[in-house]
Amino acid sequence: MSAGIISSAYIVASVLFILSLGGLSHPESARRGNIFGMAGMAIAIVVTVFSRQAGHYPIIISMMAVGGAIGTAVARRVEMTAVPQLVALLHSLVGLAAVLVGVANYLDPAIEHQGVEQTIHAIEIYLGVLIGAVTFTGSVAAFGKLQALISSSPLLIPGRHFFNIAIGIVCIFLGYQFVSAGHVPGGLFPLLFMTALAMVFGLHMVLAIGGADMPVVISMLNSYSGWAAAATGFMLSNDLLIVTGALVGSSGAILSYIMCRAMNRRFVAVILGGFGTTGGKAAVTPQGEVNVFTGQETALLLQSSKSVVVVPGYGMAVAHAQHSVSDMMKTLRDNGVNARFAIHPVAGRMPGHMNVLLAEAKVPYDIVLEMDEINLDLPATDVVLVIGANDIVNPSAQEEPDSPIAGMPVLEVWKAETVVVLKRSMATGYAGVDNPLFYRDNTRMLFGDAKNSIDEVLKNL
Amino acid sequence: MRICVPKEVATNENRVAATPDSALSLQQLGFEVWIESDAGRAAGFLDESYAKAGVTVMGDPRKIWDEADIVLKVRAPDRHPSAGFHEAELIRSGQTLVGFLWPAQNPDLLEQLARRGANALAIDAVPRISRAQKLDALSSMANIAGYRAVIEAAHHFGRLFTGQVTAAGKVAPAKVLVIGAGVAGLAAIGTAGSMGAIVRAFDTRPEVKEQVKSMGAEFLLLDFDEEGSGTGGYAKVMSDEFVQAEMELFRAQAREVDIIITTALIPGKPAPELITSDMVRSMRPGSVIVDLAAEQGGNCSLTQPEKVVTDGDVQIIGYTDLPSRMAAQSSQLYASNLRHLLVELCPEGNGTIALNMEDEVIRAVTVVHEGKITWPPPTPKTVLSATDRRETPDTTAPALPVAPPAPTARQRAITTFVGMSIGILAILGLGAVAPASFMAHFIVFVLAIFVGWQVVWNVTPALHTPLMSVTNAISGIIVIGALLQTTSSSFFVLGLAAFSIFIASINVSGGFLVTQRMLRMFRKEN
Repeated sequence: MSAGIISSAYIVASVLFILSLGGLSHPESARRGNIFGMAGMAIAIVVTVFSRQAGHYPIIISMMAVGGAIGTAVARRVEMTAVPQLVALLHSLVGLAAVLVGVANYLDPAIEHQGVEQTIHAIEIYLGVLIGAVTFTGSVAAFGKLQALISSSPLLIPGRHFFNIAIGIVCIFLGYQFVSAGHVPGGLFPLLFMTALAMVFGLHMVLAIGGADMPVVISMLNSYSGWAAAATGFMLSNDLLIVTGALVGSSGAILSYIMCRAMNRRFVAVILGGFGTTGGKAAVTPQGEVNVFTGQETALLLQSSKSVVVVPGYGMAVAHAQHSVSDMMKTLRDNGVNARFAIHPVAGRMPGHMNVLLAEAKVPYDIVLEMDEINLDLPATDVVLVIGANDIVNPSAQEEPDSPIAGMPVLEVWKAETVVVLKRSMATGYAGVDNPLFYRDNTRMLFGDAKNSIDEVLKNL
Repeated sequence: MRICVPKEVATNENRVAATPDSALSLQQLGFEVWIESDAGRAAGFLDESYAKAGVTVMGDPRKIWDEADIVLKVRAPDRHPSAGFHEAELIRSGQTLVGFLWPAQNPDLLEQLARRGANALAIDAVPRISRAQKLDALSSMANIAGYRAVIEAAHHFGRLFTGQVTAAGKVAPAKVLVIGAGVAGLAAIGTAGSMGAIVRAFDTRPEVKEQVKSMGAEFLLLDFDEEGSGTGGYAKVMSDEFVQAEMELFRAQAREVDIIITTALIPGKPAPELITSDMVRSMRPGSVIVDLAAEQGGNCSLTQPEKVVTDGDVQIIGYTDLPSRMAAQSSQLYASNLRHLLVELCPEGNGTIALNMEDEVIRAVTVVHEGKITWPPPTPKTVLSATDRRETPDTTAPALPVAPPAPTARQRAITTFVGMSIGILAILGLGAVAPASFMAHFIVFVLAIFVGWQVVWNVTPALHTPLMSVTNAISGIIVIGALLQTTSSSFFVLGLAAFSIFIASINVSGGFLVTQRMLRMFRKEN
């Protein structure tokens, strides 16, 4: 196939990828967008396979068939509560592929450059492998935390910042050695040694970040996987990889930014990790009695109200309560109650996590509202049901300037007539901050597993 | 300690200060409870029910008073109609009397109680702070009075409240004006609204406007700049000009509305006269006025306490015993308020009370303490809306010192300018050393970042998870990089490429399919 056709096919694929992301601006156009993405990917692969630069078709086809089959099987079976883990795992594959392609490119005897081009090419390889390695182990660590294979609390080894800086300095030094060493095998040792260090760094970085910061971590890894693909594109002088990598990279960066803003924290502070372990002491410990409610009382309250807002959090995902919640909302709506959902940007473990869970439970998306849309309605709401959420409804974010979460945008649920909080215990949320909401006069606590509690409410409706 | 509940002696007083339920809770606090025979009968609580709850039922009213450590009453002590004694005469040193004592109106009673060395707690003196809301019997009773006022109005009003279109013709909805949006006013607004009437409300305190609106009524505004909020959330006396404007508003409304419910009271003062006789006469025939301020002189000049008077074709209801007319409900709420008070007084649950004068709430309700008059209490510091059942929500977020001060437009412009200059210089510097082939790719890279930036900001937050999984699938494009290495002559490179193709394929198919699965679940409501 001629180079002209390949280039034009790559242009078509790039445009299709852009349309694919553009389609996500609305749920109705999103499915079409995804199909554009698939088409773009198919065109890119087919054209590349039939170009003069690819060979060994039996290997290519068998590898693609097996890989594709595994991917299909996983995508079919995965539970919606486990999507964050799946995404983390898939990120790690991109990272690993970037490392392998980079190393293979370095070892490939067919590629020869001279002078400045040689230097730039070496830097491209080095960067591609570095980002790929960090993405790989970082995503594996994130997967482990989300799958609860390892503790989700931050791992804080003494002198961890110093440790990270040391790795960074050594990597720069190795990079200098790699670039000046030139051809194989002189640069192989610095490259592989850096890969190992970058993997340790990726692992350590994510382990130091706590569970509820996962939305930022996943977005960040998403961004890295894009930059890794872009760096690989530079290395191979392939514009399609560069374009796609840049699209993914900026998408992940935007998501990280949105998530950080939703927690009123700086990106660097999240990445440095350790949140929720040091704060909390400055805040005033709220005191008072809590009013405990039963499922039956909650049902009575819901029945006598005109407007209900449900605020789901990670606790709903853990208890797999989304179907029960959906049934409860359907019953309420059938009875003429204006029942809606309010989603905080960082509720759950990845951006948009709650929306997907509710969609899975057949909740129509037009009754699922964002924080800014619903906050104005909350003072006129009869009952707010908080299901397994804590920090995102904490009034001290607005009322206590000393609180570790001060300034974080929160759902102002306490302005509603009554708030019912479903929770397993009085434990603090991720930020380690006590929640004065629980002690308010208009708050009722419904203790227990979210699913059991909602089922109990549903039974009495 | 022994709690005794005498039968109320005032005529037409049907309420009782303890119900079988509340008596049970009081016993759980460690108290012994006695009740006078037939004390709850008028409210529908029979002696047998009290006995079943473990209460000792006593026939002799004198004995009830003699044996008591704590006496729970509804009304202030009065002369017994048949036994020939005044209740205040029976109080002795060490006893504690609880009830609606109205210390401001009854200085003689306080003196008498003090002389006898007793303690007296006026439940009407509960401060209006959020902690004390569960003791606030005034609010409980006002709530019932507001409800009952509408019921009485409906009873005397010859027409429907709700508008209807029937086969026989059209019925216009009744128009109700509620003056004073305190607890009683709000209850009246809610009740009248739920019966289908068009409800308007007026109050001198502008902060109640939102509460009125939340109850579904129209808030009438005066074109006048003066605030009527006094301390403790109550209203205060207004200037003459204000009253003038207010009267004009009422005069105009009187011609329009069918029912007027007045609840305007100023603490320690006679009720302001708001509805004059000429306004009454301008009302439509069949209209009804319910004056909840009748006991304090009435908001309407024609009101006669305890009576329904008819002036022309307008009926003016001046009942002062509206809570007592719903004795079962009001006894239940009042008994519950008293139970909460005793929980405050007896925090350890050991059956003895302690008057902790350091406690803001207990200090305020204690009007006679060990023979000394302790009324009025020091002025409360917090001003809270009188009608709010919760703490007033803060509408303005407090300034947060941790947040950095917002940069001015000028500072922002400088930052942007410096940032862009550095960026441009960096790109120029790169162009100076990098070969042309690299720069061609670099242009593509920078432009793609900008396209991505623009496109992704448009993604709706609800689809952030599909966005991540689809970008994930797209970043599987790295498979192209592996494909381009499959012609390599090195067996090792080929192996690496093959493995890369394998894992990238998982990524591509898994990412796209899981996205498709998720997107299929997003649906609109029918």
